Amino acid sequence: MPYRYLEDIATADVAFEAWGKDLGELFAEAADATTNVMVEGLASIKRKETIDIELRNPELDILLYNFLNELVYLKDARRLLLRAYDITVEKEWPDFRLKAKVSGEAIDHARHRLKADVKAVTLHRLSVRETPEGWKATVVLDI
Amino acid sequence: MRAQLAVPESIKKISDTVWEIPASYKPGMLVPARIYATEKLLKEMDAGVFDQVTNVACLPGIVNYALCMPDGHWGYGFPIGGVAAFDAERGVISPGGIGFDINCGMRLVLTNLTYEEVKPRLHELVDSLFYRIPTGVGSTGFIKLSFSEFEELVEQGSRWCLKKGLAWPEDLELTEERGCFAGADASKVSRKAVERGFDQVGTLGSGNHYCEIQVARPENIFDGNTARAFGFTVPDQVAVMFHCGSRGFGHQVATDYLQVFLDVMERKYGIKTLDRELACAPFNSPEGQAYFAAMKCAVNMAFANRQVILHRIREVFSNVFKKSPEALGMSMAYDVTHNTAKLEDHTINGRRTRLLVHRKGSTRAFGPGMEGIPERYRETGQPVIIGGSMETGSYLMAGLSTGAGAFYSTAHGSGRTMSRHQAKRTYRGEKLKRDMEARGIYVRSDTWGGLAEEAGAAYKNIDEVVEATELAGLSKRVVRLLPIGNIKG
Repeated sequence: MPYRYLEDIATADVAFEAWGKDLGELFAEAADATTNVMVEGLASIKRKETIDIELRNPELDILLYNFLNELVYLKDARRLLLRAYDITVEKEWPDFRLKAKVSGEAIDHARHRLKADVKAVTLHRLSVRETPEGWKATVVLDI
Repeated sequence: MRAQLAVPESIKKISDTVWEIPASYKPGMLVPARIYATEKLLKEMDAGVFDQVTNVACLPGIVNYALCMPDGHWGYGFPIGGVAAFDAERGVISPGGIGFDINCGMRLVLTNLTYEEVKPRLHELVDSLFYRIPTGVGSTGFIKLSFSEFEELVEQGSRWCLKKGLAWPEDLELTEERGCFAGADASKVSRKAVERGFDQVGTLGSGNHYCEIQVARPENIFDGNTARAFGFTVPDQVAVMFHCGSRGFGHQVATDYLQVFLDVMERKYGIKTLDRELACAPFNSPEGQAYFAAMKCAVNMAFANRQVILHRIREVFSNVFKKSPEALGMSMAYDVTHNTAKLEDHTINGRRTRLLVHRKGSTRAFGPGMEGIPERYRETGQPVIIGGSMETGSYLMAGLSTGAGAFYSTAHGSGRTMSRHQAKRTYRGEKLKRDMEARGIYVRSDTWGGLAEEAGAAYKNIDEVVEATELAGLSKRVVRLLPIGNIKG
């Protein structure tokens, strides 16, 4: 499973671990883990609208934090539930640069089984690290 | 991971309800940490509380102690239930001491109806509240505002609602700071924050946010005189309590300034913290002042949000009972905020000192005679509204003159003890709804899972929490309110 929710580090909120063979895959899985907190069944999100996101930051974990916060912002500002496609994260000294196409559609109460609202991505125990199998991230969401 | 092992060995018992972790516990602590709790509640606290409250004790300009209230549990940066006061000249301001949901708070509205009168109409009332107050992910309010109108709203709070006919004049008097923190400056707020919040005024949100119909049984009145002063005058009187905050707007303000502070904290001000969620800046710095002005906008948005929801609640009761809200006695008891930083004067070493008091998951609890509480509550102390779980009940308390050691602060709720996942594994939303209905509590929710997460057993025992605050002299019990109807996001 490319992400899993953790029980023991966020009593009142939601924590997850995500994995990917490269950084692009890791960020896409983290995006799914975040969206999946808000809606049951990611397959119910149709690809009606695509937004390009470009971000840069010298720290990988802050880059992930900013990327996920962008999804939270779009959920409120444009009422969009989004998944990440065509995503690359590359070193471009001194920063890491993210280029992503996120696609999805506006919240439809009739069709989407909505769960908890994500208020914010937090820096609590935030990490992105390389493992022998690829990349792994830990993220805590305030809900 | 439970508890008994979490309490640091060096903790010192100061009294039956005050426990001190000395400044020698961790390098960098400038003051000791104090936890207000009975021994039982202390032992039930998670390790995060002790780690985080001692991290807070390291922040520049902290005065006396870093504190945690009896409902304390792990949070971001500060624990939930965390209180810390900083010298306004030398101290810092930290979004981690306020929380992402700025001015998350509680409002209590009275009616002159009794349980017998409400019971036959309960389902109609709850269903109607559920349809009229948007809840859950992506919900938008009925008030349509342009960005510039929204900016006006966040600078004015409840005053904006009064101008628009969405408030009674007395509502403002009965709201902390009269429903508006002075000095809010919308130019310090990002466009993103405005975009997230401008259409969310009048929405409840999700998670632990709710609106509840409650009853004050005669046997649950602890202090008759104060209960009468707070508006409880007939047996089995019905009231409405609700809990919500500044929605996406406040969340974005916190997120934005966390970034700003992370960027300047060490580079510009040479401040290091033990946790990035404690990112801060000197209060007297351009960044600190900008955040304070933006935070006030979020505070005011939350006051306006609760005011608009109150307007809806009055409409619903009025429609169901075919009487005006005035004839139904739908006055507010009070509105309290949980997540703020406020400039207050407190006596430190015999001198009145201006402090920036951070309360995160903690309620201000000013005692009798203190400045800043409504005239009508001068003799009783301010009302303190403590929200319990949707199954067990809530409390209306009063501030006490003995709360100086905690900068006149108290608990805010019961505090979670079970993770949301564990609660969902343990309880089924559908069954919980049926069980609650069998006990006379009718509940509506957007999600079954969300409902299961809020099961009563996922929280600390509210009776123990409020008792601890009373034993500690922070606030006293006035009325225990039992739930009969609940809507949650």
